[in-house]
Amino acid sequence: MVDVRDVHYGIGDRKIFAGLTLRARRGRITAVMGPSGTGKTTLLRLITAQAYADSGQILVWGQDVAGLSARAVFAMRTRMGMLFQNGALLTDLDVFENVAFPLREHTDLTEPLIRELVLTKLHAVGLRGAAYLMPAELSGGMARRVALARAIVMDPELLIYDEPFVGLDPIALGVIMRLIQKMNEALGITSIIVSHDVHELETIADDSYLISDGKVVAAGTPRELTASSSAIVRQFMGGSADGPVQFHYPAPDYTVELLDDGQS
Amino acid sequence: MSRADGMIVRGVRRFGAVTWFLVRLLAQCGPAFARPGLIAHQIYNAGARSLIIIMLSGVSTGMVLGLQGFNLLQRFGSEDFLGVAAALTLLRELGPVLTALLFAGRAGTALTSEIGLMSATDQLTAMQMMAVDPLRYVAAPRFLGALIAMPLLAGVFNVVGVYGAQLIGVQMMRVDAGSFWSQMQTSVSLHDINEGIIKSLVFGFICSLIAVFEGYHAEPTPEGVGLATTRTVVASSVLVLLLDYVLTAAFL
Repeated sequence: MVDVRDVHYGIGDRKIFAGLTLRARRGRITAVMGPSGTGKTTLLRLITAQAYADSGQILVWGQDVAGLSARAVFAMRTRMGMLFQNGALLTDLDVFENVAFPLREHTDLTEPLIRELVLTKLHAVGLRGAAYLMPAELSGGMARRVALARAIVMDPELLIYDEPFVGLDPIALGVIMRLIQKMNEALGITSIIVSHDVHELETIADDSYLISDGKVVAAGTPRELTASSSAIVRQFMGGSADGPVQFHYPAPDYTVELLDDGQS
Repeated sequence: MSRADGMIVRGVRRFGAVTWFLVRLLAQCGPAFARPGLIAHQIYNAGARSLIIIMLSGVSTGMVLGLQGFNLLQRFGSEDFLGVAAALTLLRELGPVLTALLFAGRAGTALTSEIGLMSATDQLTAMQMMAVDPLRYVAAPRFLGALIAMPLLAGVFNVVGVYGAQLIGVQMMRVDAGSFWSQMQTSVSLHDINEGIIKSLVFGFICSLIAVFEGYHAEPTPEGVGLATTRTVVASSVLVLLLDYVLTAAFL
């Protein structure tokens, strides 16, 4: 469904991906993990054609996204839904209108039909009662659920989640996790989740990839990753401060720098 | 490359960026007319919400004109011309210029920070992901709304200003009301009115374009939005004053 092949990408002199290869299969939840700053969000930008790879291919539904016209990119995006970290709800519209937004833009459905669809999706995320609140009146978890309802209102085939678990209290976290699973099972939506919350991903992901230094360093089911003997995987899954990813930013020797009077 | 060269290169780049943005924006203005509701809402936002400060500034400017004009004209014994003097000053100069400056400060900054915040909170990206072009949905209606609102506001400013001048000149300084109005009626020509209208159209265009451009290209951070807002006011004000000279020279 989504096939990333040997992708190289850099911003200025900084290399972000150097030969990244991974794939998200139909109907499955694919997790992409990695330390902060490894370009997880950049990967999503590449998949959704907001940015283009320097070399390599990204196939979405068999089409190379780099070769698509602006119109074709928009057509592709109407088959996807994306959940942003902060929800990215349109602040001047209420919850109902936010969810109705894609329908009003892309369909000629009648008002009663739009109403029915929107309320169904809001009911699915448990926020039918909040339909007429403004985004500013919602908590972080609620905003993310509304954004989820909006992302699925066009019945997408692919759902992309950017850090869906960040900054949620345990209850909201559980709710979001169950919703992601429900979307995947009940609607058969293929999901890609970018996150660094290892334990949450362990319970819901079917496949997972660990990215570091621009490459996939480990792939497999979350269980396989936890059991892996590779140093970087063990460091990441176990959350230890030192390992292949160092705790200390490169610096001169500590004793030397302390004893140095700063004159030299 | 010396510092001056760097500034010139940056300036040319910026001009290119604004021009390219304008081309893409104009291409989306046609489709934006399919949603008159959005444009009307922006006319309300940029226009109606600026009405109070425009009227307040208009009446005080008119009152100052009344006072200063009376004082000046009295020295030559020609107080009767107060109406003409006030009307011409307002129509040709102060109306369009002051409205544009106030408009940049009130509506322009509001536009820039609103669009900048939308971009900082991923709303513009979210729209793109929903296959909606934010240029069409966000930028074009705001640009058109501001473009339409600005000449209307300048008109309001002029009317209120003339009444302000009348308030001081006729009611306080006892200039003859008949000559105040009739002199104005005979001496103000269509040419003067056109000058005012064209100026306010050009200034409205400049202010709206800069406000939308800066908001759309603001660094998506709190500092970035603040900086963009400042740039909107500075760039709009300086350009308005520069262009005012050019337009005045062209009309005389």
